[in-house]
Amino acid sequence: MGLFILRRLGVMILTALCLTFVVFFLTNLFPNLEKLAKTQGNQRMSDEQVVSWLENRGYMDPLFVKYGRWLGVAPGFSNTLDDGTRVGNCVRPGVAEEDTPRFCGLLQGSWGLSTVFKDEVGTIVGKRLGLTGWLMLAVMCVMVPGALIIGVLAGMREGSRLDRTLSTVSITTTATPEYVSGVIFIAIFASSTVGLKWFKGTATSAMDNITWENFTLPVLTIALYGMGYIARMTRASMAEVMTAQYIRTARLKGVSFSNIVMKHALRNALIAPFTVIMLQFPWLLNGVVIVETLFNYKGFGWTLVQAAGNNDIELLLGVSVVSVIVVLTTQLISDIGYVYLNPRIRIS
Amino acid sequence: MEPLTWTGAAGAVLDPLLLVAAIAFGVSVLASIVSSFVYGGGRIQYGEDGMAIATPGLPGLINKSLTYSFYALVAVVLLYIVAGVLTGNFGGGIIGGIAGQFAPVWVSLIATFVLSISFKRKLGLYGKLFDSVIGMVGFGLVMFWVYTALFTGLFDMIATHDPLVQVSGMKNKVPGTVLNGAEEGDYGWYLLGGDNLARDVFSRMVKGSVTVIVIAPFATLFAFMVGITLGLPAGYYGGKLDTFLSFLANLILAFPVILLFYLLVTPEIVLTGIPSYMAAVMFIFPIVFVGVLLNSRYYTQPKVRTPLLIGILGIMIWFYLSGISAKGTAIHVLPPFLDLFDISGGILVVFVSVVFVNSPTVFRIVRGLALDIKTRDYVAAAQTRGEGPWYIMLWEILPNARGPLIVDFCLRVGYTTILLGTLGFFGLGLPPESPDWGSTINEGRKLLSIYLHPALPPALALLSLVLGLNLLADGLREESLKD
Repeated sequence: MGLFILRRLGVMILTALCLTFVVFFLTNLFPNLEKLAKTQGNQRMSDEQVVSWLENRGYMDPLFVKYGRWLGVAPGFSNTLDDGTRVGNCVRPGVAEEDTPRFCGLLQGSWGLSTVFKDEVGTIVGKRLGLTGWLMLAVMCVMVPGALIIGVLAGMREGSRLDRTLSTVSITTTATPEYVSGVIFIAIFASSTVGLKWFKGTATSAMDNITWENFTLPVLTIALYGMGYIARMTRASMAEVMTAQYIRTARLKGVSFSNIVMKHALRNALIAPFTVIMLQFPWLLNGVVIVETLFNYKGFGWTLVQAAGNNDIELLLGVSVVSVIVVLTTQLISDIGYVYLNPRIRIS
Repeated sequence: MEPLTWTGAAGAVLDPLLLVAAIAFGVSVLASIVSSFVYGGGRIQYGEDGMAIATPGLPGLINKSLTYSFYALVAVVLLYIVAGVLTGNFGGGIIGGIAGQFAPVWVSLIATFVLSISFKRKLGLYGKLFDSVIGMVGFGLVMFWVYTALFTGLFDMIATHDPLVQVSGMKNKVPGTVLNGAEEGDYGWYLLGGDNLARDVFSRMVKGSVTVIVIAPFATLFAFMVGITLGLPAGYYGGKLDTFLSFLANLILAFPVILLFYLLVTPEIVLTGIPSYMAAVMFIFPIVFVGVLLNSRYYTQPKVRTPLLIGILGIMIWFYLSGISAKGTAIHVLPPFLDLFDISGGILVVFVSVVFVNSPTVFRIVRGLALDIKTRDYVAAAQTRGEGPWYIMLWEILPNARGPLIVDFCLRVGYTTILLGTLGFFGLGLPPESPDWGSTINEGRKLLSIYLHPALPPALALLSLVLGLNLLADGLREESLKD
């Protein structure tokens, strides 16, 4: 088991390296750098000015050198411009020249400087992740119990009317992407003209103070899309368990139906949904980006959109590292958890 | 001319009927759910002669009321449509006007269903679809949008106005507003109102279906070609090839989709020509697939094979070159007189990125199926016969994996539709004035708390198409499991 986890960790690091390199390559293509120079410097720069702006800041160096700098295996770039300002990836405002470290990359614990927010990437990502964490927590609290209840109710009597109704509901929710359900929810619950006006259509105020009014709609919107899928998996697994031999034996012994469901079936039926719930995290990440944009909640997803829209290279790399770690860790947990929960499967 | 009401003159009769039917249906659904808790699962009871008899007592009554109220509801909805088609917007209001505009779609739908149901025993899996209610509903929804796209895209029929034309004085007007300064031959109303730029919401929704119906199935088909061509050898051979391809697939899957879109679908990336190169790589897979498919089958009969391959591959390569080469992009190989069509940069980059996102998942599914099927006896028999590996993969394994693949295809077209909407929602790829559903939702959401009508129609349209595809997949799965 230890070896298995070690190997998975190795693959994880390799994946993260490849992935950040791809992001690095795409964001360092010349048209993207030109856009960066024009947004950071001056919109009306001529082509030569763009090139010299980029050269002065080390953006025109070979790709691998730049990537090495970001990782912290190559010495950082620094240059003094004609007007005396010092630029470079290790240079921070307010830090004297002799105090500037020679290496400043991921290995030294520095994530770089965001060009949009003018702040350390580590700080930004940490703060935004915290905000998204609350959103995710609320989503999980709604989605997982809701999906399991729907799935178990639908699966305990396969083919009954309750099953068909709940299955139709879950198919409908899986067919409703967040930007559709969000729009419909805002129309029904938050519109100032015809709606019920129960909740607010934006969640900006939830960043400081979470209330029912401003947080319900975003949470509901994300939870709904994932809920249907988990519910269908739970239903399938529950329906399979209910046809098992030991359930029939229990029925023949005269155990009541509710006891069969609660004591005999439930525990075995919940193994498969566990993996599915874990694998839903990457999907939730997508939902988070859409919902945070739609409801203007400035969390991790919103940061991703800002970083990508402005070609903020180091922030984008930080965001992708975090999301890759989230995706791969949840995969690992789901694999380990599956083995742990299901004694019939052992890794040799 | 007067502004239209929602249901017009017919509404005076039909609205109360609809209300009664809807309430009755809602109450019976709730009652039947409650009764399934109280009375347990409905078990068919048999009379003395062995015939099934109606469920007695309260559950039976609830069952009956559910069936009848459902029929009543469907009948009222059909009445709205019929009234609309017959009397147009004068009798039927906005709903009638919309139903009237969709008249060619209704006719084709009815024709499709009548023909399919009457010949359903001769039509294989497609015919069996008409045995399941869910499958039929899904198929109906999907075909509704397919016919809509067909009639608008080819014959310019359903839309009432040009989706790009702005009419002064129509900005953010509510549904049913009379067209400002209508001339002879113009359709007199904005059926679903005007949007932020005074364009007709209804026409934009109808025109938007064309983008989705053209791109989504084709992109999914290409993703399947890539996934199958790489997934079969990965599953069949295993070993290093499998490890490498699986790592690549997992790498792409570890990208958050939206990050990938933001990296790939920007005007800057189009400038670098990366989408053209990616298209050049990805569009090869169908040619490889068809080439290997035919060669592995007919290589024992060179007289058939050689002309067949030259003919089919020749046409495919011509299409391939026309597809990837376009004036002013990175790849420009064909002279203009040979170039059949140009794919505009926006569409190409959207297409390529959607294929790119979908193929790893298809790869994993095909690989899993190949791993499972290669242990079967008929594969061993083919190996003993001395068949080549590609014959076994494409003519033994693939046909036996078709059930799950067809179901996944339907689901994946739905997912691709969602992805296209996501792209539009973030304003990536397609030009901003394009009427596709994602972009329209994105535009409409900015004023959502004041004006609902620009955002809701495309949202509901997208929902109904994806729902239709999911129901269709569910119906297909159910029917294919019955074999």
